[in-house]
Amino acid sequence: MTDTTPKAPERAPAQPPPDAPLPAPAPRGARVRRGLTPWLFLLVPLAFLITFTYAPIVNMLAYSFTDWDGLSPELHYTGIGNYTELFTRPDLFEVFWVSGYYLAASVVQIAVALYFATILSFDVRFRNLFKGVLFFPYLINGVAIGFVFLYFFQDGGTLDSVLALFGVHSGHAWLGTPVSANVSLAGVSVWRYTGLNFVLFLGAIQSIPGELYEAAELDGAGRWQQFRHIIAPGIRPVLSLSVILSVSGSLSVFEIPYVMTGGATGTETFVIQTVKLAFQFNKTGLASAAAVVLLLIILLVTWIQRRLVPDDKVDLV
Amino acid sequence: MTRRAVARTLVYLSLIAASVVVLLPLIVVLLTSLKTEQETSNDTGALSLPHDLLNFHNYVTAFQDGRMLSAFGNTAFILVVSVGGTVLIGSMTAYAIDRFTFRLKKPVVALFLLAALVPGVTTQVATFRIVTSFGLFDTRWAPIALYMGTDIVSIYIFLQFVRSIPVSLDESARLDGANAFTIYWRIIFPLLKPAIATVVIVKGIAVYNDFYIPFLYMPNQDLGVISTSLFRFKGPFGAHWETISAGAILVILPTLVVFLCLQRYIYNGFTRGATK
Repeated sequence: MTDTTPKAPERAPAQPPPDAPLPAPAPRGARVRRGLTPWLFLLVPLAFLITFTYAPIVNMLAYSFTDWDGLSPELHYTGIGNYTELFTRPDLFEVFWVSGYYLAASVVQIAVALYFATILSFDVRFRNLFKGVLFFPYLINGVAIGFVFLYFFQDGGTLDSVLALFGVHSGHAWLGTPVSANVSLAGVSVWRYTGLNFVLFLGAIQSIPGELYEAAELDGAGRWQQFRHIIAPGIRPVLSLSVILSVSGSLSVFEIPYVMTGGATGTETFVIQTVKLAFQFNKTGLASAAAVVLLLIILLVTWIQRRLVPDDKVDLV
Repeated sequence: MTRRAVARTLVYLSLIAASVVVLLPLIVVLLTSLKTEQETSNDTGALSLPHDLLNFHNYVTAFQDGRMLSAFGNTAFILVVSVGGTVLIGSMTAYAIDRFTFRLKKPVVALFLLAALVPGVTTQVATFRIVTSFGLFDTRWAPIALYMGTDIVSIYIFLQFVRSIPVSLDESARLDGANAFTIYWRIIFPLLKPAIATVVIVKGIAVYNDFYIPFLYMPNQDLGVISTSLFRFKGPFGAHWETISAGAILVILPTLVVFLCLQRYIYNGFTRGATK
């Protein structure tokens, strides 16, 4: 990026007044140079965009129809072989069920966030303190969270000690069985991400004009009615955004299970599997097919969300 | 009236319960980081207090054997360069898109828009080959290039702000003989301060916390950033929870300080960053 910044002033002396939103007719040469100006600004951003976003997508699509191992110069076209393998080999398909845990967790997460956003939008003592406490986990480094909760679920760790205070001595290995491990990991994900949803909801609720509540109170509306008829409609856009973030988030879980269990005991997620296929087992073709499937699912979900909740904010042009 | 009082009590109880759930795991790790090896191994329970509350021995171990110092250095370097680059790239793109009409403008805008829908985690399989072909693999420039080159959200944020700057400012500057670059650098860029603050905060935290990209692209131990260096604690310090805890607290502490100092900006930043 540093190479365009000096470039622009070099051209400066020769340059005519650049383009205005409503261009006036100008001599031909000036027009050409004027047409160039925006491209000078866009050159580097576009180069980055194409190199690191679009080229990989195209390559990935191409790889997904081959048996390339990522290293050898040799590769064979295998048609949709990788895709059929992905959907028919049960051990590969299993990762989709793991996403189910995280999807369920995000329902809990949104409900909890909504509850706390609603209470904290009313007058509560120590409001900022509670807001900060609820939001802070979202800012913490994922690896650190992984370790904090490894200790939390460890045999004789935080959770067992707390349960012992209440006289419960379970001796349960929290990360020992697939169901228990996935529920625990999904719980960590709730702990980590509730704060973001909460702050988004709180922001939306607070942007609702206060007179609405006053008017409702004069009309004798209770808290629940205020929630249903004032708050709920006000946060609909943010709610739909949270839903789509949750869906794509639950499909692309990586850090927490990778740090905590390494994908063992049935906790392997889609991204862990893809990373292992590509970088440990050198199955670039198969991994690419998996990534294409994930990309398509996420695009589909986004498309459905856009159709259901038309968002007028996305008018860039 | 009593029903109201009960409801209020329940509200506070739920808030306190939530705070305990959030803070307890962190506090226990903080306590563990201050314990000695004997204390953690002889099973006094995770909730017990350390004998010496000022026992920073584990932090020294984490810093020296865990290479946390060089990790913070690497993270700082990557963070400064990539956040600076993101600000320049984002603001230039926003300026070009908002202030000029040019051929192919619509397709260009569509390219940026569409890219926002592609989650980075999905494409790494192929991005990896491209980064390698540039010879960036296992250098600090790999994450820098990826952080700078794939951030569409900041372009959105800048676009919103550039739009709110009146075009008449550009025009009067142009009458004084300023060219497009001078207008961008002298007029638009300084007025973007609030947007720059937002992008620096959101991007800075994202870069500081990222594990995936440094993990994939910088396997060299000397290039460990805080996430990957902390992750490597898992091997050598296996069951030494006091050292692992100290490492985790070391990583969390800067975040806490930044959060306490910049609270308001951080809330605004994330609300803006996510909804745009």
